[in-house]
Amino acid sequence: MKIYVCVKQVPDTSGKVAVKENGVLDRASMKTIINPDDLNAVEAALQIKDQEGCEVIAVTMGPPAAESMLRELYAMGIDKAVLISGREFGGSDTFATSQVIAGGIHHLGLEKDDIIFCGRQAIDGDTAQVGPQIAEKLNIPQVTYAGEVKYENGKVFVKRMTEDGYMKVEVETPVLITCIKELNEPRYMTVRGILECFDRPITVLDYPTLENEPLIDKTTIGLAGSPTTIFQSFTPPVAKGGEMLEGTTQEKTDALAAKLAKAQLI
Amino acid sequence: MEYNSAKIEDFRDIWVFCEQRRGKLMETDFELVSEGRKLADERHSQLVGVLLGYNVKDLANEIGGYGADKVYVIEDPALKDYSSETYADALCQIVMDKKPEVLLIGASTIGRDLAPRCAARLHTGLTADCTHLDIDMNKYLDFLKEASSIDLSTRKFKMEDTNLKMTRPAFGGHMMATITCPRFRPCMSTVRPGVMKKGEFDETKAKNVLVEDYSVTLKDPLVKVVEIVTEEKKGVDLTGAEIVVAVGAGISKDVEKGMALAQELADVLGNGVVAGSRPAVEAGWLDHELQIGQTGKTVRPKIYVALGISGAIQHKAGMQDSETVIAVNTNPSAPIFEAATYGIAGDLFEVVPKMIASIKAAKAAK
Repeated sequence: MKIYVCVKQVPDTSGKVAVKENGVLDRASMKTIINPDDLNAVEAALQIKDQEGCEVIAVTMGPPAAESMLRELYAMGIDKAVLISGREFGGSDTFATSQVIAGGIHHLGLEKDDIIFCGRQAIDGDTAQVGPQIAEKLNIPQVTYAGEVKYENGKVFVKRMTEDGYMKVEVETPVLITCIKELNEPRYMTVRGILECFDRPITVLDYPTLENEPLIDKTTIGLAGSPTTIFQSFTPPVAKGGEMLEGTTQEKTDALAAKLAKAQLI
Repeated sequence: MEYNSAKIEDFRDIWVFCEQRRGKLMETDFELVSEGRKLADERHSQLVGVLLGYNVKDLANEIGGYGADKVYVIEDPALKDYSSETYADALCQIVMDKKPEVLLIGASTIGRDLAPRCAARLHTGLTADCTHLDIDMNKYLDFLKEASSIDLSTRKFKMEDTNLKMTRPAFGGHMMATITCPRFRPCMSTVRPGVMKKGEFDETKAKNVLVEDYSVTLKDPLVKVVEIVTEEKKGVDLTGAEIVVAVGAGISKDVEKGMALAQELADVLGNGVVAGSRPAVEAGWLDHELQIGQTGKTVRPKIYVALGISGAIQHKAGMQDSETVIAVNTNPSAPIFEAATYGIAGDLFEVVPKMIASIKAAKAAK
């Protein structure tokens, strides 16, 4: 039994965001973090490892710099780290990305008793599409929005959260599960893990390695091959803005109340 | 069945996947059908609803009432409740057979589970959580004129472009991007509940809508549903609220007091709901259900008050259609003031108590 966890290194969008003069995001200048929901996926995998003693393999697609994130995951307790990296993969949309990651997992081997965990969605794109698309490419079932996960004898029991409640489902492995923040509290890195993580190996799957993967269609990967394309990016117009109320705080709030009263809003 | 998503000339019509739960359509269905009507008119094509379920045929007229020309109904006991596998099988089968040009799906926990699975199988692109859709280039340029800072006089566009132009916040919500899917069909898009405007219900159209049964072959799903539990809504429905007071990172100085002030203001303004920005929800001050923005809820209340919210694009995406926006922020150049009807630069802990008093006084004076 193996557990794959799909993770992504993302710019920390909660902090300051740098935009280049041409309007493109300056990713290089931004701090990167492990995508928050992916940490819940890692924790879900490690909990099953604690229970079953199976191997946990973290898989990411990204630039060589994503290695630092994989080392942090070693310090949390994963057993193997895989970096899918190549210029040919750069600029992939979710369709293209899921194809490459599914191809990578297929290359590494997906067996009957394996599980794949993903975070619900990444904070840079907020699409929540890659998980289900990987499941489809690998032709295995999916359960999204997992708020509780239990594993027992080749079966996974999941509480799938919905807008108006939840549904309880059960499914035999192999299955792909996407995890929400409420699923668990990700563990910290251990001191020993931090000390050792720099000596742990990173398996790199580059384009030549995956080129002949049957799940990867070379015409639909990377920036040029992705089905979706950015037609136009833009920032909203600068401050048409409303009326800034002036004066002392009291004058400002009085003016506001007067305006609301006049507009029959209070 | 011959299906090639790259033969784009074979695909026509605008489709909306109409989600039902326990035999009831979702509000989002009506929003999407109304938006779909607009797109179908721009494209001079038909608007078609697709309804999956069991004993749900009666709902088709409701879909027609909001503008669908035709509704395909796929009924099967295995489609009674949502399942990724059976729904994806059914939807993909009819799409491969009938070949729609555009397929819109609500961005609910069902739509966001179903759409990517189908897009991967249908070999086409999918854009998540769109906030604006256009087909006609003139309409799109009108939109850019309003919504972007681009100087259109310096730009040349191919005016004959008929791809669906799907706009959404991008890069963590700090910019907007319009996405197209030029090489494959259908163009697929999920649309967040509450974003598109629901049109008027038309009794005549409801009666006259063409309803057609469609049958599919389904396998038993591997994921077995053991139990479905519907929980009583804890709070009020945020999407329908008339008054929303939202708090952001600005209350971090004294969260308890900040929340209490927000609640008091909401009460004084009239039975309002307290919600929060993404940082406020991520910090655990409010429930996920109460998050406003691209990754949370979209609201269009009569009064929206933003307390200590800086106003990233991703937040504005969830509130910019509010009728009156009041913003309080210590930073006078915070982007939230761009979206505000009335802005007050100042410390919310000082401003809000005075604001409550002023509103009480103004009400008493009436």
